[in-house]
This record gives sequence, structure tokens and C-alpha cells, in this order.
Amino acid sequence: MTAARRNANNTPMTGPAIETEGLTKDYTTGFWLAKKKRSLDNLTMQVERGEVFGFLGPNGAGKTTTIKLLMGLTFPSAGTARILGRPVSDVGMHNEIGYLPEQPYFYDYLTACELLDYFARFHGYGAAERRERVERMLKKVGLETAGKIQLRKYSKGMLQRVGVAQAILHDPQVVILDEPMSGLDPLGRREVRDIILELKRAGRTVLFSTHILGDAEMLCDRVGVIAGGKLRGVGAPKEIVGVQSHGMEILFEPGSGAGAAGILEKAVRMGERYRIEVAEGELYGAIEQLRAAGAKILSVVQVRQTLEDYFLELIGAEQARTSAVEVGEK
Amino acid sequence: MKRAGIVAWNTFREAVRDRVLYNLVFFALLMIAAALLVGQISIGIEQIVIVTLGLSAISLIGILMAVFIGVGLVSKEMEKRTLYALLAKPVRRWEFLLGKFAGLALTLAVNTAAMATGLAGAMWLVQGSLRAEDAAVLVAVYFILLKLAIVVSLALLFSCFTTPLLSTLFTAGLYVAGVFAPEIRAIGKVTGNAALDAVAMGFSYLLPNFDNFNVIAAAAHRRAIPGMLVAQNTLYAAVYCAIALTGATMIFSRRNLK
Repeated sequence: MTAARRNANNTPMTGPAIETEGLTKDYTTGFWLAKKKRSLDNLTMQVERGEVFGFLGPNGAGKTTTIKLLMGLTFPSAGTARILGRPVSDVGMHNEIGYLPEQPYFYDYLTACELLDYFARFHGYGAAERRERVERMLKKVGLETAGKIQLRKYSKGMLQRVGVAQAILHDPQVVILDEPMSGLDPLGRREVRDIILELKRAGRTVLFSTHILGDAEMLCDRVGVIAGGKLRGVGAPKEIVGVQSHGMEILFEPGSGAGAAGILEKAVRMGERYRIEVAEGELYGAIEQLRAAGAKILSVVQVRQTLEDYFLELIGAEQARTSAVEVGEK
Repeated sequence: MKRAGIVAWNTFREAVRDRVLYNLVFFALLMIAAALLVGQISIGIEQIVIVTLGLSAISLIGILMAVFIGVGLVSKEMEKRTLYALLAKPVRRWEFLLGKFAGLALTLAVNTAAMATGLAGAMWLVQGSLRAEDAAVLVAVYFILLKLAIVVSLALLFSCFTTPLLSTLFTAGLYVAGVFAPEIRAIGKVTGNAALDAVAMGFSYLLPNFDNFNVIAAAAHRRAIPGMLVAQNTLYAAVYCAIALTGATMIFSRRNLK
């Protein structure tokens, strides 16, 4: 590092929080381990400091593989990855990273308090600070009354909450969450969403994977869509869903005036009501036609592309079912 | 090193919480029964019988624990994925392995110490007192502990690259072969085949030589155990464990966690 500033932990203070270049991961399969399956193919992306980045993709798309590579749990077949300017192989950097594994499972013979205290020890906190942090985190994830219960008695949602607590226990600069909403009830999802927003307000970088598009749309500054091990697109949700209008939608109750039958032919019935989509330039003409037919107009809204539309458009229904790209035998 | 200590303490806590030390109840019952029976069936050799039985039980229980808990030290963490959150902390893989090894070694040490105390109680019951010559029993217990440390390091090594079942077979197989290391070494001499002699010699030196750690008979007969043997066995166990743990680290550091 030349001109970039560094903090006390020798971490550069400038540049992207997470960057990957040509990151590729192949797994060997079969009895003789002669076949290779590519789980991640040439991933190049950047997550800027302080942003909430959503990693979207269907099951088996390569989201967890990417996160495991970032956490040093698996090793790349090709390419590089850096977090806060330091290579992911640098374990000392883990003081600056929080990680929630997918479907987390922890030592079930420990209580939540003991588990968090155990993890806090690795960050070098003294006994008083550990106690204070553990209490604060349990409160934050809504487990303050369950802290003394062994984890083997926890539900899946409670384990997920403990997982979130251990990920942010040491106030990390970068938080990587693999499917953080998985297994949570609506209240739990809201609490995790609030935690992510709180982290963002505190200037932390959050990368989280999800296949729940609503969460991504609500929380993310930018999203990356991955499928079949390849990055299909990156952008801000607002840019994706907020700019391009796909026409106008009119919701109405039919009348019996002139031309009513002609209009109903083009409309889609929704119980007692009908819905019709028209181009923006044809809106006023369509409204006049409906009024003439004696229809009662209930609402007129702009039809915009949703993140889900974008997602499906990028990956395609067929590709969504593909979990990995086979690259042939050795 | 401090982080390895944190892992070690948690490994010990896991063993305690999983009621691993309940085997001590079985050992206590065995010792009480033996102490009551030997007085009636072995006139004049009560002490020899009780020491032989006690040390053999300590060794057998320790070996079973070292093998069956040892092979699960790494594989269980990977299977349950408890390792993921741990390795996301500033913990190096070698620190994790060293901690796991030290944690099980501590568990076995506590377990063995408790059993040795039980054996001392049984000896006191049979003899009416404990004598200075009985210190040989302590040395025998120490050798059993060294042996268990080697077995744990081997179990840990195998569990880094193969399944728990195969790790169990490999570790148990190496233990049995190690007990018979002198016999394996002698195969070439007995057959008179030079090539076989060279192979058998080479193989026997790779094996952990557990025969040197077996001083149960000497302890039972209150024969003094040479200080040189204590030093040699201590050094041998330290080097063997270091080699096995280095191998385990080299394999585990490159392993992808799926």
C-alpha cells in the first residue's frame, strides 16, 4: 500500500470495503474426484465502504460459495479477494469482520451468554467488557430473557438471532450475513432489518445474501444478482425498479354503457373488478372510453419493473434452476 | 497461543457437559469390586492384582476416550458447521487444532488423575497404607498419559482428511500396531529375509512405539522405573505429537470447508 492511509490494525482506510477480481471456485466431484464443478465463475465486483450490498440469487447460485471464499473457509481456484484492502487469507483482519453463516449452528451445550462470551474472548476483551457486550447484544436481538438457556433448547429463529449477535459482537467494520432473514418470523425479520439499517447509520459496510427480494429492495444501496456461478448484474434497486415505466394500470368496475363489451375483452377480471394495462400515451383515451362505458374507475397506477422482474429477466426461469456450471472432466 | 487456550478450555467444557467423565463411576465401581474380591482370591499378591487391574483399566478407558472423542474433534465441528463462526474470528487453523488437542489432553489428564486417585484408594484399602515404592504406579500413570497424547494427535491427524469411521480404524490400527512394534521389528530377523527385515525395521520406526510406555508389570512388582526411560518417553511423545500435529495443520490449513 503506498499512499493509502492505514489505521492501528494496519488496515487501509481508503478503497472499497470488499473487492474480488476473477474469483473462481471449482469443486471436484465423483468417486475419483475427476469431475470438476464450477460453483463460482470469474466474479469481479466491489462493495464500497458504508454501503449495504445485497447479494441476490436462487439457491445454488454461488452466493454462499462467494461468502465462504471471503471468509477464508474455502480457497479460490483462481482470482483474488480483499476485504478492507487486505487479502482474505489474513486472519488478523477478522477483528474487523462479522460473519453470520447460513443456517447457523453453535455449540449446543453452551448458553447464549456463554457462546457470546466465548467468541468475545478471541477479540481480547476483558471480563467486564465481555459481560457488557454480551448483555447489549442479547438485548439487541431480543434474547435478553433467554441468555441463560442452553442453545440445544433454542428454535431455529432464536439460533439465527444468536448468529446475528455473534456477528456484530465486536463492532466490526464489515458485516457479512449469509441469508440473515432465514428462519425468522415477521418480527424477527423486522428486527434484523433494523439492525442492518443501524449498522448502515453507524457507517458499517454490510454484505448480505438473500433470495427475498423485498428485503433487498428495502435495505440495499446496491444489489448484485448472481446465477449459475456468474454475476449477472449490479445496480441500485431504485435505478432498477424506479426509472423505467412499463405503462399504466387502470382498475375499474364495469358499467353497461356504449363500448363496455369491447373494453372488457381487453381487461383481466379480478373478482368483481377488472384490470387493464395501457401505454402511457393511451391513458386519457382509455379513461374516456371507460367513462363512456359507464365504468367506475377505482385506481390508476404506473406499472414499474420490480426487483423480481429484473431478477427473473436476468437469470431466466431455466437458469434459476441451474445450480452450477459443469466445466468438464480433468 | 492464547486463542488455542480458549479453544482448549471450551473443548474441556464440552467433554464435561457431555458427561464424558461419567466413565469414572464405572471405574470407581470396578476398583471397589476388585478391592473387595482380591482379598479373597489372591493370597499374598493382592497388591499386584489390584495395580495390574487398575492400571490396565486406566489405560483401556483412556484409549477408548482418546480414539472415539479424538476422531470427532474436527469432523464433528465440520459436520455441524460450528467451525464456520469460530474460524470467522481471528483464530488461525493451527490454533484451533492445537486448542482441540490440548482440550482433549486436559480432559484425559483430569480423567486419568481421578482414576489414579481411585486406584490409590483401592491400594490403600488392600495394603492398609501407601509406601514409597508405590511411586512407580504414578510413573506408570504418567506413561499412560503420554501414550494417550500420542493417540489423540494421531486421531486428530486422521480426522483432518478422512471420515470418522476411517479415522477410528486408522487410529485404533496404529495403536495396536504400536503396541506390537518390537514384534514387527523382529519379523525380519525371525524369517532371515534381508528385504523383509529392512521393510519391517523401517515400518516399526514409523509406528509409535507404545511398548516402551508399558511399565504396568514393573509398577505392580514395585520395581523402580529408570529416570532415563522417563526422559526418553517424554521426549519421544513430545516429538511424535509435534510431528502428527504439524501434519494435521498442513492438511487442515488447505482444506475447503463445504
